[in-house]
Amino acid sequence: MHPLGRVLAFSQKCRRFSTNVIDPNSIQPKLCVVGSGPASFYAAQQILKALPKVQIDIFERLPVPFGLVRFGVAPDHPEVKNVINTFTKTAQDPRVKFIGNVKLGQDVSLAELQNAYHSVLLAYGAEEDRLLGIPGENLDNILSAREFVGWYNGLPNNKDLKFNLNIEKVAIIGQGNVALDVARILLSPIDLLKKTDITEYSLAALADSKVKEVKLIGRRGPLQVAFTIKEFREMLRLPRCFVNMNAEDFAGLDAIVPNLPRPRKRLTELLMKSISTSKETEADKCFNPIFFRTPKSFQSGEDASSVGALTVAVNTMEGENAVETDVLETIECGLVLRSIGYKSIQADSAIPFNSKRGLVENSGGVIQPGLYVSGWLGTGPVGVILSTMTNAFAVGQTMASDILNNTVDASIKKPGFEFIGSLLKKKGIQTVSFADWEQIDKVEQSRGKEKGKLREKIVDVKEMLTIASGKP
Amino acid sequence: MAMNVGRALSCMRTIYVSRVLRHVREPVSLGTNLARFSSSSPDALPKTDSLEVTFVKADGQKVKARCKEGDSLLDVVVNNELDISGYGACEGTLTCSTCHVILSKEDYDRIPSKPLDDENDMLDLAFELTETSRLGCQIVMTKELNGLEVRLPSSVNDARG
Repeated sequence: MHPLGRVLAFSQKCRRFSTNVIDPNSIQPKLCVVGSGPASFYAAQQILKALPKVQIDIFERLPVPFGLVRFGVAPDHPEVKNVINTFTKTAQDPRVKFIGNVKLGQDVSLAELQNAYHSVLLAYGAEEDRLLGIPGENLDNILSAREFVGWYNGLPNNKDLKFNLNIEKVAIIGQGNVALDVARILLSPIDLLKKTDITEYSLAALADSKVKEVKLIGRRGPLQVAFTIKEFREMLRLPRCFVNMNAEDFAGLDAIVPNLPRPRKRLTELLMKSISTSKETEADKCFNPIFFRTPKSFQSGEDASSVGALTVAVNTMEGENAVETDVLETIECGLVLRSIGYKSIQADSAIPFNSKRGLVENSGGVIQPGLYVSGWLGTGPVGVILSTMTNAFAVGQTMASDILNNTVDASIKKPGFEFIGSLLKKKGIQTVSFADWEQIDKVEQSRGKEKGKLREKIVDVKEMLTIASGKP
Repeated sequence: MAMNVGRALSCMRTIYVSRVLRHVREPVSLGTNLARFSSSSPDALPKTDSLEVTFVKADGQKVKARCKEGDSLLDVVVNNELDISGYGACEGTLTCSTCHVILSKEDYDRIPSKPLDDENDMLDLAFELTETSRLGCQIVMTKELNGLEVRLPSSVNDARG
């Protein structure tokens, strides 16, 4: 479409919401985004479309961009990371500025951002773990799956995570896609990981791992699993690993399956087909989803400081809810990974935060006109990238239309990065530009090439900053 | 409205078809490269853009685009730089469902390649999944499919509507 046509189409669309439409070419709004994952870049893409003369500054806590695409997506899922290509294109748009190594609530406050920009978008995700809150949870070798993911993906905070893989049995609490990711990484033949961008130290630790059995423990049944079918199918395709489930847990499902919505139907059918996969002669590892069990306490093993077993209550179902019975069981496990969800943190005390739900209070991404939230910080940590994309597109459009219908007054002059940049300079904070990141990227790729890998991630913030400064 | 995924992707992918042979309905505003995905061999002689596909957006707007035999619908979107937000996020590697299209029953039935497990697994995550949904990256254009019309799910465009 001709550029003018685009503008006209957009104006027509806006007219549906407001009679007071501002010519997008007549204003130069300054917007900023906190966070640089999918929730940030997808929103920015929509804003760039609607506001031709906008300036968008993207602040990131780490020196490197892309959030969970870099630190969450499993190393053996490189295709999922193709979204980085479009994010890079967005970051290279002359109207976009990436500013890494800036922490909201520490280096810069929300009030300062609101003073400097017409609108602020919070998109810094969900990084804190939910705890089970049961006795023994503080024993060694009980970690959150998120920490474990951060460890193998080179998240600077998790690079020194201490745990012991010299054990045979692992219990993962939770049945979502993160749970399956960590199960797969623990059960994969090491050769399948060697060429990925998994960190070198993780590869070495996993090569020495004694793990033979991974249990995936859920409170509810096969009909309620949160993982998606592609991820489960990958478990079925893992070499030298067989899947084992309890056939009784599927009793009566035959009658229900035909009436389920298609996605749940296909997933349940695949689960039922895989209750016990034929044990290959050379299969030496086992993946064992366990249903209807609620963790009650952990016990230490031979080593009094480390976990050795998990006590669970057996549940029955009442509708969609699991109800505990008095029956208890003990599950042996030398490593426990909690994967029962994340919550966000309140990065700045001025953010209206619901600590119970672990997210920012909002309505359709709007906290108040001029202050917005997208992605997991606003929705809670659910869904695949597509869900975050859809959410962020909508929030980006809302931000643009709030400016175009004058809900947010963009005619007032705002200093933008001119002000924030000088503030950061005064505090002696080294900022990282997108060009600086491209230098880091280059070093990572060339180090990877030497090892026959896609990339060797740099995991030390100081080292990232040294490369970014161009003065090694 | 603008240049997003298509143009973004087109700069990232390998070029192996002469640009001269490419028909574009819209003027090319930047010196972008021609993007190609996996569907045709690099050595094959390029065929002319003799086929036509129509994408019907959720608001009813029809976008026509020309393509060659062997192009997937994702190729068509990328090569013509069609403005469809987020389309083809995983670049045709069957790891997302952003290239979801909805066909008429008749077209769905006459497409020779039926969806396999991996495609269905991704379609299960798509919004507005129908009985005649496919992933655009898996539909390969043939002479027989010339004039194909596919519907795009509403997703973002109707998010506030």
